[in-house]
Amino acid sequence: MKSKMLKINKSARSSIITVGMILIAYIICQALIVTGNMSNLLQNLLVSMCYYAIMAVSLNLTVGFLGQLSLGHAGFMCLGAFAGAIFSKCTVNAIQNTFIRFTLAILLGAVVAGLFGIFIGTVVLRLRGDYLAIVTLAFGEIIKNVLNVLYIGYDSKGIHLSMKDAISLNLEDGGIVLVKGAQGISGTPRDATFTVSVILLLITYLIIVNLVNSRSGRAIMAIRDNSIAAESVGINITKYKILAFSISAALAGIAGVLYSHNIATVQSSKFGYNLSIMILVFVVLGGMGNLRGSIISAVLLTLLPEYLRFLRDYRMLIYSIVLIVMMLYNWAPACVAWRNKLSSNLAAMLKKSKKEEL
Amino acid sequence: MNFLTHLLNGISLGSVYSIIALGYTMVYGIAKMINFAHGDVIMVGGFIIFTLMSTLGLNPFFSVLAAMIVCTLLGMTIERIAYKPLRKAPSLAVLITAIGVSYLLQNLALLIYGAESKSFTSVIPVKALSLFDGRLSISGETLVTIPLCIVIMIGLNFFIKKSKTGRGMIAVSEDKEAAVLMGVNVNKTIAITFAIGSAIAAIGSALMFSAYHNLSPTSGAMPGIKAFVAAVFGGIGSIPGAMIGGILLGVIEILSRAYISTQLGDAIVFLILIVVLLVKPTGILGRKIQEKV
Amino acid sequence: MKKRMLSLLLVLSIVIVGLAACGKKDDTSGSNDSGKQQSEQTQDKGEAQDKEETQDDAQNDSDVKKFYIGGIGPITGPAAVYGQHVKNAAEIAVKEINEAGGINGALIEFRFEDDEHDPEKSVNAYNTLKDWGMQILMGTVTSNPSNAVKEETYRDNMFMLTPSASAPEVVQYDNAFQVCFTDPNQGIASAQYIAEHNLASKVAVIYNSSDVYSTGIYEKFAAEAKNHSFEIVAAEAFTDDSNSDFNVQLNKAKAAGAELVFLPIYYEEATLILTQANAMDYKPIFFGCDGLDGILGVENFDASLAEDVMLLTPFAADAQDEKTQNFVKKFEELHGVTPNQFAADAYDAIYIIKAAIEESGVTPDMSVSEICEGLKAAMTKITFDGLTGAGMTWTASGEVNKQPMAVVIKEGKYVSVD
Repeated sequence: MKSKMLKINKSARSSIITVGMILIAYIICQALIVTGNMSNLLQNLLVSMCYYAIMAVSLNLTVGFLGQLSLGHAGFMCLGAFAGAIFSKCTVNAIQNTFIRFTLAILLGAVVAGLFGIFIGTVVLRLRGDYLAIVTLAFGEIIKNVLNVLYIGYDSKGIHLSMKDAISLNLEDGGIVLVKGAQGISGTPRDATFTVSVILLLITYLIIVNLVNSRSGRAIMAIRDNSIAAESVGINITKYKILAFSISAALAGIAGVLYSHNIATVQSSKFGYNLSIMILVFVVLGGMGNLRGSIISAVLLTLLPEYLRFLRDYRMLIYSIVLIVMMLYNWAPACVAWRNKLSSNLAAMLKKSKKEEL
Repeated sequence: MNFLTHLLNGISLGSVYSIIALGYTMVYGIAKMINFAHGDVIMVGGFIIFTLMSTLGLNPFFSVLAAMIVCTLLGMTIERIAYKPLRKAPSLAVLITAIGVSYLLQNLALLIYGAESKSFTSVIPVKALSLFDGRLSISGETLVTIPLCIVIMIGLNFFIKKSKTGRGMIAVSEDKEAAVLMGVNVNKTIAITFAIGSAIAAIGSALMFSAYHNLSPTSGAMPGIKAFVAAVFGGIGSIPGAMIGGILLGVIEILSRAYISTQLGDAIVFLILIVVLLVKPTGILGRKIQEKV
Repeated sequence: MKKRMLSLLLVLSIVIVGLAACGKKDDTSGSNDSGKQQSEQTQDKGEAQDKEETQDDAQNDSDVKKFYIGGIGPITGPAAVYGQHVKNAAEIAVKEINEAGGINGALIEFRFEDDEHDPEKSVNAYNTLKDWGMQILMGTVTSNPSNAVKEETYRDNMFMLTPSASAPEVVQYDNAFQVCFTDPNQGIASAQYIAEHNLASKVAVIYNSSDVYSTGIYEKFAAEAKNHSFEIVAAEAFTDDSNSDFNVQLNKAKAAGAELVFLPIYYEEATLILTQANAMDYKPIFFGCDGLDGILGVENFDASLAEDVMLLTPFAADAQDEKTQNFVKKFEELHGVTPNQFAADAYDAIYIIKAAIEESGVTPDMSVSEICEGLKAAMTKITFDGLTGAGMTWTASGEVNKQPMAVVIKEGKYVSVD
């Protein structure tokens, strides 16, 4: 009876541990900030760590649970960032309450990215494996390229749009250019605080945990493990694929809104395939299908390049070597065997010492 | 006449893409991995030719030959150290390692050669051809690139179909376990694949930098991605596919920049890629994936 | 399960140790003396000589105060060349000043951080420097990161002088100043120059639509061109992702019959455009802005292709005055390459900060905000003669007033036109 209880609660227990970890980390950080013991760098990185963690967790839904490789996740973040930033810039005077304005911005970012997720999901999900990967990469690059030449401005006549340059907006004198092509949007209000970011991270985490442990989640994982078998037992593959894909996109949109409200300017060039790949690195290092691992690896890998600054010119070189070594350490059979041997030796030693104590 | 000029430029750019794409497609076909560091091997090849030719004053032919040897060794070393230990790991793990190798090569080049871009002297001695009283001129690079691309493709196809090693490659790509049973040395076959892919990359880099001159530590990244797209376009794993995909990609890129928008050229290329893949989900010449139940 | 818990605990403890360590760092950076120690620890190998000197100074005279000046820019990634030139040139200027006895007796401690041309990383770099004890910011090098960092400096009221970020938004706040021209400024000046000297009646523009500098100049150029006699017959863009093949753009310019091609871009792409134009036998006048400076320094570039290229630039590495020659010689000796205008801007920036400090009389023991107020007031009073122009002055808006100089390339040398 007892073991059965444990079994049922295993996933719940795991998520309680993760939530607890996040909360403890949050409390420690807050304590350090309040007592003035935290460096400026780290204070500033706190929000970044949260949105990268959200990105990693949401990508894990596509890659880890749905089993589809996506190389365009940054595109959704980009959409969220732009949608949220445009909204906030337009309403910064109209809605004085930061909380309401930011909540609306986040919802808008999530909806825009989610809608694109549904659209792209519908289009691409009939493809498989590396072909799907390349098409998501293509979509990410299209989003980046289009936003890079997008100009939006407004004056008394209303909103003007152009895909060429700011001159062709034909604004009246006193008209304001909101989105300036390559320069993107600058002057977004800085509404993203650490507390809000942690709350959003928790919400993201809980949404995915709930989804994964629900009936839909089991269907999603069945598709990953064997799509033909899943189809043969009556699971609507397309529906669940699009469901997972669009939720993942919407959550990435939230991360984007956090990004654009954390630093004052946002450009589409940031969201190329390099960023998508970086997020994928978080997911793979943290373990596919392991949400807690995604969060931890996102946090550690955001910190790593910053704390390697003392290496000066050699910084990125060392970073790349660390990346290769970590992958080999995690996956190479020789390393895995060595690790197992080591840990069993350690366990044996512990046992021995315990016995001796007794 | 303008259209013809654009078309020729497109074919020339596309030929470069297809030579680079050959490396992707061979490695993918046999090792089932996306070698993201391939673009950076091209950059390394460019720097080696540059050093030998412009700094040491060596003959272009020997410089390219030396670059081929160095790239071959580099490709085999990368495979041995970074990819071989992960042969049984999930394909994503290898993908990430490849990205790590790509960063590593870029940053090594940055430390050794600095960030200043170098102007690459063309290795091709052929003069530009002027037709129709100078209204249409074809650069020497184009004149060499296109036939060379075809020669390499035919040679490679011949090698794979006829030689023992080549047939070993086909066997490994079809079914690794069965190939082992038939006495094919899988590790050796994969190493040879990397060696050939990297040697071709060196030729590709000589052609690419001869036509587009600018050489810096990051100049392999974008052509690498585009060539990968080309390989998928044509059906990854297929050698004629890489050729067709590369040339189509180059032509589409140049024509869309010429007639639609110079700013959105890349977006249009990717859009067409998506449309093609939706119609033919495994690329133009890709084989239909047989799913095992 | 146990094993996993163990590893988790390990990770947690690493994070906590990390947090505690950073906390400590922050504690100490408030006061200057311990900040000094840290900076000495983190100095890089190339500055070994410097290090010995500063240590000597510290030993001989522990009362010597130091200004902590930080720099930010890309020293890795695709834009690395700009940041590296700024870093190297600023280090030369700092060394010169320190050797000559510093500023009002106070030495300069300089540290440069990498931002990979990314606004997010740039803000991280800024905070790293703040933890180090930075009092004045010389940066950032590129425009988009500058736009992000300026919000931070404004909040902290830290004085910021950017050598080369040329977007007008960078100096939006009163604590920020520029050494370089703003983009609109260059666009207008170029259009006026072309019209006044009757260089052409049909003009084509090739610009980088993914670059702020380039689009900024192009837009103002196009707007100003409407007031003049010449006509823009083709305006063609390229992007960072497709910057190797310019045949399309050149063919369009050629087909439209442009006699002059305006290139508001950086020199790397310009070398390609010149080479490819030559290959297709198209020989218009090429006209550029300060971004073209450095084109003759590209290793292995055939300088004869750049013959007769005109550019409006405040700096030319071949200028005959003593100051420029000294600087170029030092830079070439140390780094083996010819400095570009980014380097010259940075070299000037350090000396401008020195001039402003001397004018205002701020001292290193003042707070960041006090120094900022002092320097802000001083900037509008000083007149500065540097590598990138004589008689530079600033208004409270932060933009610089100086004369662009038109040069033309003749036989592989920059020659002044006027």
